[in-house]
Amino acid sequence: MKYIDEYRDAVSAKKLANAITDITTKQWTIMEICGGQTHSIVKYGIDELLPKQITLVHGPGCPVCVTPIEIINKAIEIASRENVIFCSFGDMLRVPGTEKDLLSVKASGGDVRIVYSPMDAVKLAESNPDKEVVFFAVGFETTAPANAMAVYKAKELKLSNFSILVSHVLVPPAIEAILSAPNHIVQGFLAAGHVCTVMGYEEYFPISEKYKVPIVVTGFEPVDILHGIYMCIKQLENGRYEVENQYTRSVKKEGNTGAQSIIKKVFRVVHRKWRGVGEIPYSGLGLNDEYIDYDAERRFNLTEMTTEESKDCIAGEILQGFKKPFECTAFGNKCTPEFPIGAPMVSSEGACAAYYRYRKLEVRS
Amino acid sequence: MKNKEFILSCPVEIQKYPSVMMAHGGGGKLMHNLIEKMFMPEFSKIDAGKRHDSAVIDISSNKLAFTTDSYVIHPLFFPGGDIGSLAVHGTVNDLAMSGAVPKYISAGFIIEEGLPMETLWRIVNSMKETAKICGVEIITGDTKVVDKGKGDGIFINTSGIGVIEHNLSINPASIKEGDAIIINGDIGRHGIAIMAVREGLEFETVIESDSAPLNSIVNKLINEGIEIHCMRDLTRGGLSSALAEIAEASNFGININEKDIPVREDVRGACEILGLDPLYVANEGRFVLFVPEKDAAKALQLMQLEEPAVSMIGTVNTNNKGMVTMKSVIEASRIIDMLSGEQLPRIC
Repeated sequence: MKYIDEYRDAVSAKKLANAITDITTKQWTIMEICGGQTHSIVKYGIDELLPKQITLVHGPGCPVCVTPIEIINKAIEIASRENVIFCSFGDMLRVPGTEKDLLSVKASGGDVRIVYSPMDAVKLAESNPDKEVVFFAVGFETTAPANAMAVYKAKELKLSNFSILVSHVLVPPAIEAILSAPNHIVQGFLAAGHVCTVMGYEEYFPISEKYKVPIVVTGFEPVDILHGIYMCIKQLENGRYEVENQYTRSVKKEGNTGAQSIIKKVFRVVHRKWRGVGEIPYSGLGLNDEYIDYDAERRFNLTEMTTEESKDCIAGEILQGFKKPFECTAFGNKCTPEFPIGAPMVSSEGACAAYYRYRKLEVRS
Repeated sequence: MKNKEFILSCPVEIQKYPSVMMAHGGGGKLMHNLIEKMFMPEFSKIDAGKRHDSAVIDISSNKLAFTTDSYVIHPLFFPGGDIGSLAVHGTVNDLAMSGAVPKYISAGFIIEEGLPMETLWRIVNSMKETAKICGVEIITGDTKVVDKGKGDGIFINTSGIGVIEHNLSINPASIKEGDAIIINGDIGRHGIAIMAVREGLEFETVIESDSAPLNSIVNKLINEGIEIHCMRDLTRGGLSSALAEIAEASNFGININEKDIPVREDVRGACEILGLDPLYVANEGRFVLFVPEKDAAKALQLMQLEEPAVSMIGTVNTNNKGMVTMKSVIEASRIIDMLSGEQLPRIC
């Protein structure tokens, strides 16, 4: 398959791995931001090809994992109500709330549906005028344009029965939160290729400068990731700290300005809670005043509802790179993909699920 | 076949009963009519005078295989098959996996009130045609009708009996170190075909289900003297789940090569878009075969006559007992585990 196979090629991967080994002289810790990259790393065994001096830690870039339990509970509350069609991307359905998940709401009769695009939810609202249709708008900058477009369309169509439950998060504030922690261990970042496809990478310059840390915008295929690691290690070994772009076939410096303008039209930057991490100031998106009528939290009177996280789950430490999943006492026994305690065990992009699925050997040995 | 043919030849008076009613399962005249006019002429060769509460069959073998499975699928008709053909293939294949020659099948229908009579007729016809191709007879059955809203159109249960005429012991316990693992074609087509129809996804080409009977190829392998150690058809949970089950049951390690696993380009594309792993996507006409290395080439050759995409995907070893490991396309290794719950499409 074109644009895929050449980036999954064993020979190119080996060449890059050898080049990384050749230039590495010290111990380095690099964080890949995006859950999609974490998934690729464990799925293809990319880290096995790296020299021992390089440690990869897995960042907070899995939208399923960082959505706070409070929002999950609100989703469950809305989906349980009569006369509601609750639409979500597939992997949000198994994320545990305090008592249950959306799949169990579906099992007990709630109308919970998997959609592939928020526009499908808009269509459902059009064809079900007597129902309230709610879309679960989670994700990073990547999913924000489509979600913004859905709200924009709903307003254009004057749909009064459509709303979104928003928990959008932003990458740059999360990187800053990680770097400003006093004991942080991350020396270089692979920035998320698709987030930058939308947003460009200008906003990473001040971060790289302020914290003296290399940031390499990186794609998702094995060869992309190895190439990103190579560029990052090269900077570290040379004592440089710059923003570089590995994923040039998709990312432009200024990003996709059309997508950015629809985000700006519908959303505004807000403080946002991250699961396991807590609130990060100005780290998310919420509907702006012009579109506030489409806010499901308001429509269903849930703005006051708050929830505390479970103490058993160390997701926060994992998402910030302090711990590996198997260092958690619940990993693989109390917490499994069948019965997840924390969100990183749910999505295949979650670090815990990825380790559970692909790394039991390493854990056992 | 086209819809028209079914309508023209549907034996139940469609004008009078355009859809199935509760009384069609009520034990009275309507049910009698349905059985006599629709099911019996299609399925059974038994004379009216000999019909009874159970079918009586002559079987010469002293070793039988017996299996049952229920089929609930939405949509009822999909590219490459329908619930009727699936219900026959599924049970035929379960029998074939123990090396049995499938002979007789039962068919139990749970029909939701209001199912168009023509739909039922199309399904019954499809079962008849499929049974004929598979060389099995449908000899007994049952019909129940449930209230509107209490079923998903129609559910079908089939049970099957097959005779075993070989002396092989085909199960995970017979697997030996060094066995070759062969798959009879490309994976993931059934699951993607169903998902495409169910979710209204459109691709450049229509992806057809791989639903097919496996008894003929299995029979051929046995007749040609291939020493089959184990077979497993890849249904829900896909290739990964089947191999993980076998590794656990046999307590051997299974090592497969990602680059040797055949996946069609359109299925790969669909999986990339949806964030699914083809290794976990359902199949209905695929199986893995475990044979000693000495028989691998011959088995491959025989299987290739039926399906060109046959491939030897791995071997059995004593490392990592009870686990499946896979050499990825970039030649690093990872564990292949069973599917946890449903495979859910990813956000991004």
